[in-house]
Amino acid sequence: MIDIATLFGLCASVLVGIGVYAMITSPQPLRKIVAFNVIGNGIFVLFGAIAYRGAGAGWGGDPVPQALLITGLVVSFCATALAVSLLLRQHQVAGTASVASEPATSEATPDA
Amino acid sequence: MPEALPTTPDGILLVLAVMVPFAGLLVAFAFGGRNAQRIALLTIVATAGVAAAITMVALRGDATLVYLLGGWAPPLGIALRADPLALVMIPAIALVIVGIALYACADFGTPAGPRESRASLVFWVLLLAIWGALNLVFLSGDLFTLYVALELLTFGAVPFVALDGRPETLRAALRYALYALLGSVFYLLGTVLLYGAYGTLDIAQLRELVRPQPVVLVAAALMTVGLLAKTALFPLHLWLPPAHAGAPPAASAVLSGLVIKGSWFLVVRLWFDVLPGVVTLPSAQLLAAFGAAAILVGNVVALRQERLKLLVAYSTVAQIGYLFLMFPLAFDATAGALVPGAALAGGMLQAISHAMAKAAMFMAAGLLYKSLGHDRIGEMGGIGRALPLTVLTFALAGLALMGLPPGGAFAAKKLLLDAAGASGQWWWALVLDVGGLLTASYVVLVLGHALTRAPAPIQPRAKVSRLAEFSALALALCSLALGLVALGPAPFDALPNPLVAKEFGSALVTLLGGAVLALLLGLRLPPLPGGGALAEGLRRATVTVGAGFVRADGVLRQWPVATLALILAALAFGVAFAPRG
Repeated sequence: MIDIATLFGLCASVLVGIGVYAMITSPQPLRKIVAFNVIGNGIFVLFGAIAYRGAGAGWGGDPVPQALLITGLVVSFCATALAVSLLLRQHQVAGTASVASEPATSEATPDA
Repeated sequence: MPEALPTTPDGILLVLAVMVPFAGLLVAFAFGGRNAQRIALLTIVATAGVAAAITMVALRGDATLVYLLGGWAPPLGIALRADPLALVMIPAIALVIVGIALYACADFGTPAGPRESRASLVFWVLLLAIWGALNLVFLSGDLFTLYVALELLTFGAVPFVALDGRPETLRAALRYALYALLGSVFYLLGTVLLYGAYGTLDIAQLRELVRPQPVVLVAAALMTVGLLAKTALFPLHLWLPPAHAGAPPAASAVLSGLVIKGSWFLVVRLWFDVLPGVVTLPSAQLLAAFGAAAILVGNVVALRQERLKLLVAYSTVAQIGYLFLMFPLAFDATAGALVPGAALAGGMLQAISHAMAKAAMFMAAGLLYKSLGHDRIGEMGGIGRALPLTVLTFALAGLALMGLPPGGAFAAKKLLLDAAGASGQWWWALVLDVGGLLTASYVVLVLGHALTRAPAPIQPRAKVSRLAEFSALALALCSLALGLVALGPAPFDALPNPLVAKEFGSALVTLLGGAVLALLLGLRLPPLPGGGALAEGLRRATVTVGAGFVRADGVLRQWPVATLALILAALAFGVAFAPRG
């Protein structure tokens, strides 16, 4: 019988794997942002499993990962907000949004 | 678990180095408008004062400053530590920020007349954010706090890319944000795995605990690669050229000179302070091989750019490569571990002198752009007469980047060459020399165009500010004078003396070699003077090679290719970390 920490660890791996796959393959920036969140959630689930296991400290249940996890959630929320606002702004200005590479230009539209 | 060091008497300075910029940020943001710039400048003065105080305490002989937040000792608490590595970076970064802030007073100044502009408010507020985040990166002794610091750095840097709000810069910013986020989740995953294995994230404690077990190897590979993606080490550099070239000059100087040093510093922290015994020689060689590829491709592609800002951005891609050459040179084969020594000193010196020189170079490029209204290298004739000081700044920054004496990069290169000689790794010495030649070639190319006579005198489109010109010049001079600390008292006298006749001879050779390379590889040059069929054939061949590099760079900078490269690099590091025998 598989114990619960291992089960959650496996779920975490699956989430990270799905996220990384989508991050590579999906061309739409919004999906990439969602993929980033899926990876992030996978990592948080893994951290939860580690906390349940009691980590290396050998305690029966470790509270430290929960504190770190909450910080991690806040950080990933901020990252998502930043990326989405960039996406929206790009859509507003250019009509489309993408991250495809284009011949990089450094020239501003002539200001005259 | 080893006991943590207690708080030292001057430890509160470390808290101030992080708190002051962030407090200033909040106040500047709350008051906004024209106050933002004033509050930011005041905060910059205060933070520079804190950085100076930390340096004074360090020079007085206290080896390591420590502050335990809330008096809680690790693993439950978080320690701030200023070890020698941090003590090198903090004053250097402070100097560069002050230079950039003076420069930015012209572009992002808030004069009495017009209403506040979004760009200048964002610039001043985020400049403080980036400084605070960098100080936290240098001082934090906890891997998770370092993750937060790294994210703060990215959150500050991404809007810098899109300060002027043009669609292509927004696209570059989004690309940077997404790739950097992918890098940071890799780092976070590694951190979580390390916590799961050892129950602590304190660097000093982990150093004692880590053993080359599978979980550590995976964590180390993930963290390293995540940090490399944020540092934009070739081939993970897809976001850097458009982001750094599209930002306003003061922002480019911050991004290129400072922000990438944050994640680079974390790689150094990780490899030298957390995993010195886990790192293997093949993994260090692999890291330096990425660096060598960056030097080669970055420099050649820089040489093939038509626009000055893109040239400088690709030069950054190449210079990032230099920062990673020290790792195999610092590897002690008998101890089987990374040891801090001459190679590490060389790497740190390289980072500092690059921060100053590259900031100065972007600032000079920005002034040329402002005056000309474009930055096409081929059409820069006559600018040398219109803006002599700025062209001089560009030249001096270029000399510093090439590693000519008496620059800081010269001393760094010498230290690395000595380390390469001592450990018998001659190939890295070769990479250093070829890199210097290639750097010389694009600096010569730009100067050659800037110093030609224009058919008609240039009519400057905008007046450039004297303050901006002088602050760029000052940073270039700082970088170029950094090698002179070798003349100072111990411990600096261990550095190579730059004022030796022989060194100037080899400097001349580098410049001449660079000029020849520029003639062979540069874009849009007239036919070689007095060139026979042989010279023409040679030029055609080198141009084909150059175009090949540009095409390869274009392929590698596509999103799917770059993300796959990230995964493959992680796998390669995982294999390279595995202990032999």
